[in-house]
Amino acid sequence: MSLIATLARLEAVATGRAQPAATVRHRHLSDRPLVFVPLTTAGETGAPLGALVGTDRDAPRLLVVPQPRDRDQRFAFLAELADIVLPHLDSCAEAVETAERTDTDPETGKRVKVEVDLCVDAPQIVVPSRAGLDLVRLLGRSMRFRRTAEQEPETPYPAPPRVPLLGRWLTHYGERSRVPGSSLLLALTDVLSRHWATGQSMVEDQHLGALLAWIDPPEGESGAEAAARAERARDAAGQLLCPPAGPATDPAFDNKLLAPAIERYDRVRTALATAEDAPRAEDLLTALTAAEREIRDLVESRTRPTWDAVWRGLDLLRTLPEGGHVEERWTRDRWSFTAHRDRITAGEPPQPRRDDAVTAANKLAGREREQARLEAQEALDDPLVMAARRLAGEAFAGEVTEVVMAYSEGRRPSPRPLVTVRTEDRPHLGERAKVYRSLNGRAQTAEFAGYEGAPEDGVLVLRIMDKMGRGKEPEAGSVPEKGDAVCFTLFEHEQRGGAKLPDPEQTPWTHGGPPGEPVPEIPDAVTEEDVL
Amino acid sequence: MTTVDFDPGAAATRATDAILADTLHGTERGVVVDSPPGAGKSTLVVRAALELAGAGRPLMVVAQTNAQVDDLVLRLAEKDPDLPVGRLHSSDTDAYDKALDALPGVRTSARAGDLGGLPVVLSTAAKWAHVKVDEPWRHAIVDEAYQMRSDSLLAVAGLFERALFVGDPGQLDPFSTVGGDQWAGLSYDPSASAVTTLLAHNPGLPQHRLPVSWRLPASAAPLVSAAFYPYTPFRSGTGHGERRLAFAVPSDGSGPDRVIDEAAESGWGLLELPARHTPRTDPEAVRAVAAVVRRLLDRGGAAFSERAETPAPLTADRVAVGTAHRDQAAAVRAALAELGVVGVTVDTANRLQGREYDVTVVLHPLSGRPDATAFHLETGRLCVLASRHRHACIVVCRAGVSCLLDEYPSTEPVQLGTLVKFPDGWEANHAVLAHLAEHRVPYQP
Repeated sequence: MSLIATLARLEAVATGRAQPAATVRHRHLSDRPLVFVPLTTAGETGAPLGALVGTDRDAPRLLVVPQPRDRDQRFAFLAELADIVLPHLDSCAEAVETAERTDTDPETGKRVKVEVDLCVDAPQIVVPSRAGLDLVRLLGRSMRFRRTAEQEPETPYPAPPRVPLLGRWLTHYGERSRVPGSSLLLALTDVLSRHWATGQSMVEDQHLGALLAWIDPPEGESGAEAAARAERARDAAGQLLCPPAGPATDPAFDNKLLAPAIERYDRVRTALATAEDAPRAEDLLTALTAAEREIRDLVESRTRPTWDAVWRGLDLLRTLPEGGHVEERWTRDRWSFTAHRDRITAGEPPQPRRDDAVTAANKLAGREREQARLEAQEALDDPLVMAARRLAGEAFAGEVTEVVMAYSEGRRPSPRPLVTVRTEDRPHLGERAKVYRSLNGRAQTAEFAGYEGAPEDGVLVLRIMDKMGRGKEPEAGSVPEKGDAVCFTLFEHEQRGGAKLPDPEQTPWTHGGPPGEPVPEIPDAVTEEDVL
Repeated sequence: MTTVDFDPGAAATRATDAILADTLHGTERGVVVDSPPGAGKSTLVVRAALELAGAGRPLMVVAQTNAQVDDLVLRLAEKDPDLPVGRLHSSDTDAYDKALDALPGVRTSARAGDLGGLPVVLSTAAKWAHVKVDEPWRHAIVDEAYQMRSDSLLAVAGLFERALFVGDPGQLDPFSTVGGDQWAGLSYDPSASAVTTLLAHNPGLPQHRLPVSWRLPASAAPLVSAAFYPYTPFRSGTGHGERRLAFAVPSDGSGPDRVIDEAAESGWGLLELPARHTPRTDPEAVRAVAAVVRRLLDRGGAAFSERAETPAPLTADRVAVGTAHRDQAAAVRAALAELGVVGVTVDTANRLQGREYDVTVVLHPLSGRPDATAFHLETGRLCVLASRHRHACIVVCRAGVSCLLDEYPSTEPVQLGTLVKFPDGWEANHAVLAHLAEHRVPYQP
């Protein structure tokens, strides 16, 4: 944690209110995000209990699995989920613009510009917390290898149509969310804690209710009190007033309310299956509907507060103006969405269970680049973030006190003006260190030429190296002038592309050699547990 | 411990001969050499390169940083000034050490094509990754292979047919700035070390070990060996008493002077400040580090060693300060500047890897911390900091670190399929602290 983040947290404790950790919004927020508030059942990995899902904050769709261990019901739930999520994803798949991309020409091997479609917008999905992200990945993994009756008519227990497709999309969104700065799939607690520093630990920030309590405490209450209430306060029946944002539920809810309700439901269902006469069956059917209704109400009562909290959190985020580079990063998300749309249209198989060596290395390198890009862009977009970098000695701001024209040696001397900057920051500048400042959105490089006087005086001389045009005299406005306020960073603003890795077929011997002919991944085998 | 039957020179020669035999005449595509701190890893790399080149087998050398590459080029040129050597470098300004320009046998270029046909070409892994070849090199030497990431090896492995991998398994593991948990347990996990991936796919490769540390004195080798290399012990190349530190100016009785005397006597010293939670750049600890360095230089130190008949004066370039974080290093540099000390290296563990000094002063990674994170517990970090010295190591630390360790047992999740590294940082930290406690000098700044 940076020093300024620690200070902000201390200040939050002292004032009883979360302190801003950013002055602009660093993530893209869609006008019409799809909010997904899932719950799972204790004791079985990834068994959904229900969910609230939708794009209309006043009219969420409630999906419930009355008996979470019943695989038929689970598939019905997933099919219903696909019916809601896939149209939302499709809504952005049609509208495209033409964009240019550099590609390798397969015949000549040269890098050429090609015109391709780029979706003008991409659908955004928001889940309440990081655990929600994991569930999205898990659901994606459990669905994408399923086969529908259409694909394999002979196989028993076919998945409903569209379920494997939803699995592929959720897998893509889950993977994309691992890319720093991406906004296709957001965990609200992560985004909120990026923008506000609370007076509690980072682990506690994963509780959406407590986090919101710190950021926006009710009138007359401190954040700490409100957070404690959100975490612990229970009603007369022993139930949490603010149910956890899930997907896990509170054990008291499981034991006292959910388990008895499911048991009632099971009893009626068993009875119905063995009912011998019609009037009796009629009665039991009514009872079954009532039992199911009861579970639906229970699930809604636990998801609705979270649903409302998510929208409240989104409202809070919308009060911040969008950061300057957010749009650019969102364009990358649109590329990612478009690429996956194209893969599906082209009939490519689902994402493999495990990445091969080359894909894994490419993903890691890409994410490291995005991480560096994100850190630089956030600092450039936001003076508060830059302040943290300045405190850490990775940037400095100051006033230009003198500019002396100088030229490089050589046959065609180019301008290399010496700029003296007085700063109160303490940058960790090595000899001839490179520093950068943003000049009309592009990074201008300068070289640290030395201190004037003692380093503690904070007067340093920089030699401007580029972005001054081709002429002998620098272009107007390209060199800072006396009295200008300037901010230089020690980190680069743009990220260089990494080296190209070999194709997967060329995997070297150190990494297991070529993978051989690709075989289509077989679907997960049906186990005994799958057909209780 | 007895050194009667142990001839370090002979043991080291036997190991080196076996390595060179496997490299030059072996049938396997790779040879792996584990080298403890100061065991002559660079010497081995230079010798292997010279022998391969001498046998008419051109080779490429992959190191991890430009400084390491430049250092190898200088050593090669020193051993054989007539050998044509290529230094492939990036197109940045100051891409390589300008001292190379003065060497007649060395050709430098930013383009691999310019260096074709030379018997030895050296560069960093990052630069090699951009090189394309029609015909792969028959041989390669990969230096600091344990600090190289698996994905970095993936990018260059297509350039050579067979390779000698040399490195120190006890130093810092490579790291990534983003999480790579999703690949943990895969044999080719891109964030793992190159050697881990190499051996996972090629378990039959011959593995060698250099048995003698020429850098670490007899007072340090047993501790470093036991704490960081419990299953692959090594010995010191020198015996007790062969290395000695003496100071012309007697102690003034202050904490820094007492800890200097303790370290001169025993090879280790712990200057313990009162327990307290502090920010990373703990001003008192930083000033204590600076004070120790100032006194080290002021007291006219002389280092007696097996290298020379006459003692070498303990000058600023023979002293280094090691820290865990860059801001700590910056704070120490500022404090040293205030005391008028110039020329002492101050750097983080990452940057001190592979370097050697007579005396090191270490700001303990856990000093003053309220918690013990995986970063601060990392075995390699402490190992690097505790194994840079030829004579003595002085650790500056707040009291209470062993309690801190007990309160924070390591909680990293165990990943299926990953090799659990021994010892873990927790155990290694305890081992080192227990030893340092015997050389403790309490100090109230």
